[in-house]
Amino acid sequence: MTSIPDSRPLTVAASHGVHDHQFDDSAQQQEAATLGMWLFLATEVLFFGGLFTGYTVYRSAYPNAFGEASRHLDLVLGTVNTGVLLLSSFSMAMAVQSAQLGKRWRLLGFLTSTAVLGAVFLAIKFTEYVHKFHEHLVPGSQFVFSGPESQHAQLFFSFYFAMTGLHALHMIIGIVMLAVLMVLTLANTFGPEYHTPIETIGLYWHFVDVIWVFLFPLLYLVSR
Amino acid sequence: MTHANVPENYLNASWGWRSWLLTRDHKRIALLYLISITLFFIVGGFFALLIRLELLTPAGDLVQAETYNKLFTMHGLIMIFFFLIPSIPSVLGNFLIPLMIGARDLAFPKLNLLSWYIYIIGGVFTLAAVVTGGVDTGWTFYTPYSSTYANSNVILTALGIFITGFSSILTGLNFIVTIHKMRAPGLTWLRLPLFIWAHYATSLIMVLGTPVLAISITLILLERSFHSGIFDPKLGGDPLLFQHLFWFYSHPAVYIMILPGMGVVSEIVTCYSRKKIFGYTFVALSSLAIAALGFLVWGHHMFVSGASPFAGMVFSMLSFLVAIPSGIKVFNWTATLYKGSISFDAPMLYALGFIGLFTIGGLTGLFLATLAVDVHVHDTYFVIAHFHYIMVGGAVMAYFGGIHFWWPKITGRLYPEVWARIAALIVFIGFNLTFFPQFLLGYLGMPRRYHAYPEEFQVWNVMSTAGASILGLGYLIPIIYLLWSLRYGRVATENPWNAMGLEWQTPSPPPESNFAATPIVTEEAYSYDIHT
Amino acid sequence: MSNTIVSTRTYLATFVLLLVLLALTIVAAYIPMGRFNWVAAMTISAAKTALIASFFMHLRSSHRLVWIAACAGCFWLALLMILSLTDFWTRGWLLP
Repeated sequence: MTSIPDSRPLTVAASHGVHDHQFDDSAQQQEAATLGMWLFLATEVLFFGGLFTGYTVYRSAYPNAFGEASRHLDLVLGTVNTGVLLLSSFSMAMAVQSAQLGKRWRLLGFLTSTAVLGAVFLAIKFTEYVHKFHEHLVPGSQFVFSGPESQHAQLFFSFYFAMTGLHALHMIIGIVMLAVLMVLTLANTFGPEYHTPIETIGLYWHFVDVIWVFLFPLLYLVSR
Repeated sequence: MTHANVPENYLNASWGWRSWLLTRDHKRIALLYLISITLFFIVGGFFALLIRLELLTPAGDLVQAETYNKLFTMHGLIMIFFFLIPSIPSVLGNFLIPLMIGARDLAFPKLNLLSWYIYIIGGVFTLAAVVTGGVDTGWTFYTPYSSTYANSNVILTALGIFITGFSSILTGLNFIVTIHKMRAPGLTWLRLPLFIWAHYATSLIMVLGTPVLAISITLILLERSFHSGIFDPKLGGDPLLFQHLFWFYSHPAVYIMILPGMGVVSEIVTCYSRKKIFGYTFVALSSLAIAALGFLVWGHHMFVSGASPFAGMVFSMLSFLVAIPSGIKVFNWTATLYKGSISFDAPMLYALGFIGLFTIGGLTGLFLATLAVDVHVHDTYFVIAHFHYIMVGGAVMAYFGGIHFWWPKITGRLYPEVWARIAALIVFIGFNLTFFPQFLLGYLGMPRRYHAYPEEFQVWNVMSTAGASILGLGYLIPIIYLLWSLRYGRVATENPWNAMGLEWQTPSPPPESNFAATPIVTEEAYSYDIHT
Repeated sequence: MSNTIVSTRTYLATFVLLLVLLALTIVAAYIPMGRFNWVAAMTISAAKTALIASFFMHLRSSHRLVWIAACAGCFWLALLMILSLTDFWTRGWLLP
């Protein structure tokens, strides 16, 4: 087994882009970051998946109660929210494109619009939560449901709050990360040769959107 | 022992607290883990000691029942989450994976350091729970006791475990990306050391399984805080939903604990037989098979819980299947030994012990996978003996074997061989004396998690406690001489065992960037036949 | 992955298609199909996911390894669900 002398210094700012010392070139670093983020998203699928599994078990056991409970959710707000998130994904994809093309102000604009749309989503969600609180549909001692299987309906709402709550938490984290990206963009950190964080956080953002794409019909459209 | 002209290596490259606590060097991070898990091992061992002391007498006279519940809960939680799961991957895996594949570091060094900090924070939460009253639910946190009725520190403990889980996930993620993307030129998949295959398979389990543990803990936290009713039968909830989610992770978790050990054994057995592994491809792929099949068998923990008998039959059959790839490994190790030039150095003693004891533990798993037999021995000491044979007789022995085998590489010093062999023998004897009687106890009907038992079981319990003291001694001796060797051990050369593998082609201890020049690989692994 | 630059037109088309599918989801929910409502809803969600993954997440121009990572999570979740449901859906089957 022979070896080639590694004449390059530990960190190389090659003409193709800067990369960390453990990588041979920036392409390898880029591929590693992409694979790493997709693997992380796989863990998130399973994290949410536990809730989806529990939801499936109970919905198949109590279809009528779940259907009845689902009709208490605000379809209009839910639909608007879905549209808002889809638009935010479009905006995020455009942000990545702006970074690839080296268009700094477009990048900043799209990052901002993505974050704003995310905030709009959260505001609408918060409004829905407040409504549910006033309607006494929050599980716990204050829960009141006017229907035959009120205890099974309470299960529905437990899952509703757990699943949308966990989703909202992920949205908040996403918005914080977008804010960091906006600051870094202002500091001129990104360009065509290096914009890996924009892409990887973009992947995360799209994933959170995909979760909602499944949550919406599962929670809001059980039985209309 | 000399200090003059010590070449620069990862240990002396920089000094001071910050150079260690803010390091990104995978080798230093491995040592941070080594120290932390040793401390947790001692804490977990202390609880084991108290358990065995209580069980010396039939009456529950050392501690109250509630306290005893806390002892076995905390013993289990600490040993599993803070010792076994991180042990080989976070210490040996972190140190050796980049070296074995000819890389300068892992793919994500900062993430690696974060993993350690997450582990420590989770550990602090859990230890806080321990010292402020403990938790008594059993490490399995079954609902509805844990979610509704327990009066102990469930939330604090659950948070600690939840946090630590992310350490596992990030480590696995790091390993997978590293192994895919950073192998040296010429190092194709089928030339990789089996240690790498084992850690790759382990990392798949960490990444795919641990999130489900996280969500099951989240549900307990929600249930306990908001009484949401998800596991409450009065609201139509099913406590078994928790068990499904919990065991979906916790069964593959046992493969997280054993697969790295199997990787270590493959490295040791080949070196001390001076032979290449028999059936390399089968051993490599069997690691993947164990990882995959291991996800399909979790229901065998629930045979008598009230789950459907039909599901029981499905899970029983799948559980028999998962024994096959493990059996393949044992056969292949044995075939490797056949006509090999065997030396009985300490690492080899540990590896041989592993092969025998893991086989016994694994075979008794088949007893438990058999529905009718499990009805009799479920929740008895038979189960405890089964998993301790695998976890202690298997995983811990592999861990000690690996620590000894790679000690010169990690520290630049040799351990004292005579003491090491003595300690290995003491561990082997102490282990069997501790746990073999427990098979008998379980079969005779002694239930687990009880601090009192009928008179007729005392003789076996006394034997078990006696064995435990010997085992404890066997673990203490290496801690002493390994520390001693740091200052007084013989200085090690680059390759004191004449072993194959890229990690032995660089100085002991290695320089910070691992290799002076990127290696190029042109041979199969374990080419002992070519390089005698 | 970053070397392929997707055009604005493609992104816009994807977005419009996603909105169409959203409308379809809601329309389908009002058509009484019994148990198949759920199937229809999940199919449409899967289609939306495929669009988001392929175009917004650049899966189309990604390495095959990334495809495997993307599918692995879903596949494993399917295992969790299917094997758990073998318990919950067969509780009454083998009574003495």
